[in-house]
Amino acid sequence: MSGGFAEFVRRARARGSLVVQPRMGFGETHAMRDGLAATKAANATTVGTLTLDSYTRVGDFEAAREALDRGNALNGYPIVTHGAQVTRELLDGIRAPGFPVQVRHGSARPVPIFRSLIESGIEATEGGPVSYCLPYGRVPLAESVSNWVRCSQLLAGLRDEGLEPHLETFGGCMMGQLCPPSQLVAISVLEALFFCRYGVRSVSVSYAQQTDPAQDVEAVFALRRLCSELLSGISWHVVIYTYMGVYPKTAHGAYALLAGAAELAAWTGSERLIVKTIAEAHRIPTVAENVTALEYAGVVSAASNRLPAPDGDTQTYLEARALIEAVLNLDANVGRGLLRAFRHGYLDIPYCLHPDNQGRTRSYIDESGRLAWAEIGNLPIGHLVEPAGAGALTSTGLLAALSHVQRKFDGDPGAVRGRLGVQPHISLS
Amino acid sequence: MNPSTVRDLPGSGRVAVVTSVASDAHTWNLVFLQLLLEELGFEVVNLGACVPERLVVEECLANRPDIVVVSSVNGHGHQDGLRLIEHVRAVGELADLPVVIGGKLGVAGVEDGHAAELLAAGFTMVVEDGAGTAPLTEFLESLPQRALR
Ligand code: B12
Repeated sequence: MSGGFAEFVRRARARGSLVVQPRMGFGETHAMRDGLAATKAANATTVGTLTLDSYTRVGDFEAAREALDRGNALNGYPIVTHGAQVTRELLDGIRAPGFPVQVRHGSARPVPIFRSLIESGIEATEGGPVSYCLPYGRVPLAESVSNWVRCSQLLAGLRDEGLEPHLETFGGCMMGQLCPPSQLVAISVLEALFFCRYGVRSVSVSYAQQTDPAQDVEAVFALRRLCSELLSGISWHVVIYTYMGVYPKTAHGAYALLAGAAELAAWTGSERLIVKTIAEAHRIPTVAENVTALEYAGVVSAASNRLPAPDGDTQTYLEARALIEAVLNLDANVGRGLLRAFRHGYLDIPYCLHPDNQGRTRSYIDESGRLAWAEIGNLPIGHLVEPAGAGALTSTGLLAALSHVQRKFDGDPGAVRGRLGVQPHISLS
Repeated sequence: MNPSTVRDLPGSGRVAVVTSVASDAHTWNLVFLQLLLEELGFEVVNLGACVPERLVVEECLANRPDIVVVSSVNGHGHQDGLRLIEHVRAVGELADLPVVIGGKLGVAGVEDGHAAELLAAGFTMVVEDGAGTAPLTEFLESLPQRALR
């Protein structure tokens, strides 16, 4: 099959390079094109991204049109509103076998987005029936599952045209923060199984950096092991997301956290990393801020070595496997299994307001900085976990937990300079 | 209980609607604001993420809140906020309802400067990112106390 996104990542891996990728999206085509061109030219092994705007994500194409007409800035690229013709022109001369482009969206009603990206000649995107539903609005989970069946099939259809369609799970992120790693790993694997059930043969599984490096290493190795056990005959790789929760406000804090994600990727032999920038806590990043982040992450990862996988079953592996097995045992069809799992509380995301989430689980950051379970509700891990119990939640308590990582990294100006003697080449404020 | 004992409890018996705007999926901000308002004695109706304008209007008519707290951080809050307040103010019964908006309302950081337009369109108060929650809590204290419902 002809080389696309997944093939590019495979080749980079064979050369020992980590693929780095921005989260980048602009409303105007010229800005989007400049962003892609700069990503391509960056001094790192990069792939391009079209991150879509929120109107497109919720299917309000008229509002996207109106914003373009009035010159209001959008928070991403409105692929459906611009249309495939414009997107093809945008990619012309930029997208190449050496520079594949992926569409990143965040939609529980993604059929128009899939049609548009396919028409634009793009074969790589991401999401999932759970991860693009529960944290992304109020579309019922059952509707999201049927939309994602449809979209997996649409994308898989590209195999008939000699392409290798690639789909990444967003399940390793769930709410961006405060979801214990075992449930992130479980949902990522379950969404990959879902994609494969509907014909996709090339997937990536995500994991977002959390509060503690050692716990993250354990989680990514658990993810790799579960993929080798469950995704036989499928081509897969692991993508690490730089921290997806409340981000450090300072440049030194932002870079130190990014460096931690690059090390996590290198230590665990992950193939791809999505970066964050110094603008994360404040606003949409500029192209230049993205390029600096890509190059810095590339240098840090190249200077870090792979760690051996842990011997035996780790706690994260056991919890994740218990969650996955419970869901798969609910129904022979993984989509229906996911629906029933949320109904029974076999999967339950802490602090998620979506009506189809039971909301009986709670997490906390323990004294050592690891994410742990305070309440497990009906999760089928009672034999593995002694939940700590949750006190009354207060606004200050919640904010303290949400900003734990921000505080830690903003408070330590030495962190970025000390690391490997490598520094991002911009002035640290 | 008579009205004077009610008045001793700050905000007792008062109702707040907490809501996002139509295109915004972020909810940690909503959970935080709900807790904050509950701690100030409000009963909170949290409408969650990606709330269509007409649902906000319906919920206001059904719950008759003392205040609506709108939060948006995805960068579309300015555009969505204008649409929302137009719907709310178009309803006679809601013409004087205090409606406050805050968060990250544009994509360019603090210097976005959308406040004047949002105020002109009918918001009671605009709290820009970085101002914290003090302007909101001060405003809540200035709200008239409600008689026993
Ligand atoms: C977690 C997160 C997510 C999670 C959200 C999960 C969920 N369901 O909540 C996920 C991964 C799903 C997500 C998705 C997206 N996100 Co987001 N996200 C964040 C992140 C990292 C943290 C937000 C958070 O949880 N804060 C914790 C809460 C408690 O604090 P807060 O929201 O900042 O609110 C505080 C104040 O603003 C204030 N406040 C808020 N509202 C109000 C209202 C009033 C009246 C008052 C007084 C005060 C007030 O009180 C709070 C406490 O201090 C921020 C960046 C950051 N801050 O580090 C980006 C960020 C908000 N996201 C952003 C964007 C653009 C998106 C996406 C559109 C994707 C994209 N294009 O990049 C999608 C959203 C899709 C949609 N339909 O809206 C941008 C917004 C850019 C801008 N405004 O300029 C940010 C800033 C990141 C960035 N730099 O690009 N995101």
